[in-house]
Amino acid sequence: MSKAVAETPADQVQPKATRPVSRRDMRLVVLNWFRELTLVPVIVVLMIAGTIINPIFFTSSNLINIAQGGAALGMVVVAESLILLTGKFDISLQGTYGLAPLLGAWLIAPRASEGLGLELNPWLGVLIVLGVGLVVGTFNGFLVIKANFNAFIFTLAMSILLTGLQLGWLGGKTVYHLPEVFIYLGAESWFGVPVAVWVTLATFFVAAWFLRYHRVGRAMYAIGGNLEAARAAGIRVDQIRIGVFMVASVLAAVGGLMQAGYVTVVTAGQGSNLIFEVFAAAVIGGISLEGGRGRMIGALTGVILLSLVTNILTISNISSTWIDAVDGAIILIALGLARLIGTERV
Amino acid sequence: MQRNSSTGPVESPAPVGEAENVSKSFGETKALIDVSLNVLSGECHGLVGRNGAGKSTLVSILTGLSRQDRGSIRLAGQPAPNLADRGAWLARVACVYQRSMVVPPLTVAENVFLNRPTSDRETALVNWRRMRRDAHELMLEWGFDVDVDQQAGRLTVEQRQVVEIARALSIGARFLILDEPTAALEKAAVERLFERVRRLRERGVGILYISHHLEEIYEICDRVSVLRDGALVAEGDVEDISQARLVAAMVGSAPPRRVTEIAAVKKTQGALGAQQLDVSGLTVHSLAGSVYEVSLAVRAGECVGLVGLDGSGSATVADAVVGLMKPHAGTIAIHGTPVRLGKVDVVLERGVGYVPQDRHARGFAPQLGVAENLTLSILEKLSRTFGIVSSKERDAIAERQVAGLQIVAQSLEQPVSSLSGGNQQKVVVGRAFAVEPSVLVVVNPTVGVDVASKEALLDALGRARDQGVAVLLVSDDFEDLRVCTRLIVMVRGRIAHQFDQPPWDRQRLISAVEGLEVAV
Repeated sequence: MSKAVAETPADQVQPKATRPVSRRDMRLVVLNWFRELTLVPVIVVLMIAGTIINPIFFTSSNLINIAQGGAALGMVVVAESLILLTGKFDISLQGTYGLAPLLGAWLIAPRASEGLGLELNPWLGVLIVLGVGLVVGTFNGFLVIKANFNAFIFTLAMSILLTGLQLGWLGGKTVYHLPEVFIYLGAESWFGVPVAVWVTLATFFVAAWFLRYHRVGRAMYAIGGNLEAARAAGIRVDQIRIGVFMVASVLAAVGGLMQAGYVTVVTAGQGSNLIFEVFAAAVIGGISLEGGRGRMIGALTGVILLSLVTNILTISNISSTWIDAVDGAIILIALGLARLIGTERV
Repeated sequence: MQRNSSTGPVESPAPVGEAENVSKSFGETKALIDVSLNVLSGECHGLVGRNGAGKSTLVSILTGLSRQDRGSIRLAGQPAPNLADRGAWLARVACVYQRSMVVPPLTVAENVFLNRPTSDRETALVNWRRMRRDAHELMLEWGFDVDVDQQAGRLTVEQRQVVEIARALSIGARFLILDEPTAALEKAAVERLFERVRRLRERGVGILYISHHLEEIYEICDRVSVLRDGALVAEGDVEDISQARLVAAMVGSAPPRRVTEIAAVKKTQGALGAQQLDVSGLTVHSLAGSVYEVSLAVRAGECVGLVGLDGSGSATVADAVVGLMKPHAGTIAIHGTPVRLGKVDVVLERGVGYVPQDRHARGFAPQLGVAENLTLSILEKLSRTFGIVSSKERDAIAERQVAGLQIVAQSLEQPVSSLSGGNQQKVVVGRAFAVEPSVLVVVNPTVGVDVASKEALLDALGRARDQGVAVLLVSDDFEDLRVCTRLIVMVRGRIAHQFDQPPWDRQRLISAVEGLEVAV
């Protein structure tokens, strides 16, 4: 910034021989991975603690149990993370998680097991589940993005509406005797591991890959980081954000289907309060609520951590009335840890 | 250009605000050097100077927002109160800024009595009836025409100004600073503002009137002071200072080096290529500066400079061209075919590169790396099967821009937020270049960047122009204009002047930009 530079006529300014800029900075790569895996030591500590608390913890059946429980949660965490990355959020994912499988089950189950009696083809039922997700997601997306409703209050209202529909529809009853196709995702196993776990892991992998390498995935980071810059760069910001809402709701519906298959029934209360756990897992896993920051690998560690905590609390001797309080405290501690170590995740 | 018949009071009026030998430095920069200035009761005192002359610093010292290094301030004949005593300052001086300071959801009455809704300290309860009545009486007293029950958010810019003036008067201030009060006003509103200023003046209020529009100074002010590079370079009755002298004082004897340099890019019309950008009859309504029936064209290989003050609408033209704003009327054609208005992605797909005005607001995604930000506009071009982005090609394109613009970064993955301002701006410009545009729309590309970066950026623009890109450069920095082949000056939303043949005379250019008649 010296005066001398200012006085040099422009045509005499030679391009300075600047140090060539390297493509990758290994330091940065390592740092990012380190931040992404912040929770791994915590998970290891929890595993050890779990084993000490109750020997049952480290049995394959319990571990599979944990994975199975985490699978449905994981689907919704992927869904919410995608929306969070683009700088919005959707509380009604829990409503979709409950209502979508309920509507599907209701239409295919016989009257005897609290269905409508239509007894539709179970495959059609699965399609309906996905369809409900698509419709809710489209509705949310258009109204939050295009009509500019506040995402918090709008999706909160939607969530109340969807959960209310579940309750109103069934009057607190449970749809049971579901056909095999419908519960396959939650009930079957491949190579000893529940299908739901495979599917959720695959979803995490695909989402991570998509975010890293696909042009829309990269555009999502740009949108979440600076919406106006993304718009000015010619990115179709509204289309992408609405699309993300749609995909997320479908994923949440699949999560609901997993849960239904796991417990082989659909209750009117499925999904209630799930969203808090979803947000906790995503944020602990490094997905920024401000948008544009975070990776799927981090979100996955968040899901694993929360699932472990839930399981350990269940098999420990803590009185059931205190479980929620302890759960909350542990989430707070995990948040603090994540904040300490990973303040600037990229 | 009419002037006030100076029928000032016979007895010498008391000053309401005085600065005596005030100096202020920020680090190495001397913002004010030994400035003395006084505003008398019943006087409108103009303060002019180009951007960075020290006007804002003087205002902040006069209003007690910052403290001078040397010299003294007197208000209403008394030494200035302690900086911490905001109440005492507010009772003596008030500044109405360009940016409105009203609280939109509150009513006009609440805004007038913002910090003191209860009139006595006995009660903490608001007497709504009294507050509304007091506000109403105040409006009547000063002849202001604003409904006190209206929500401030629904007021026009002009009415908001009135609310702020009323607030200051109600606190007791008789020294008003109006900072660019007409920048966002329509012509009729400007007339009403002048009427108000005259009325305030008659009632003994002293006004320091800051404006870029010199014709206003001649119309409304009694005296005028000129700041240049932090020093008071001229002062006197407006009647005694000719326009030419005023402009000369503002410009100073700065070497017209840049201006003569422009001769180097002089181009004959024949050497230019086809018409690439064609704007006709463009009308846009915007708070940031409306535009009325603007038509202009840019041909391949030329760089048209669109020059205007803040709020003149020059930046709005750029926003409308790239589709960030939807015009109310007019057509925009790129390569001879009209584009759909108000769609950024559509416009950029047609080969338009865009450098937005505010890099922080619209320039880059701060958490993403250099390479990603550079290629944000060409994600589609980079994608292969299934839309996977080719990182190899991305890095190759990014490397080209990094080299061409001399971007200094640790790696292509370094987050842009951690770069210096100059390098951030280079990334934003590089993003526009990465499109390999045939039309470049560039707004204030060198704001807030260091000198070396500035040269690099301007050279890059010059190279693009020579390679046959049609460049529309919106800027209020005259140094940017050295890469231009033609200038269009905008004043109050309309094209006021065109300068076709470089080199351009600095004084004539400034006169045109400030809205004065340009001597032929």
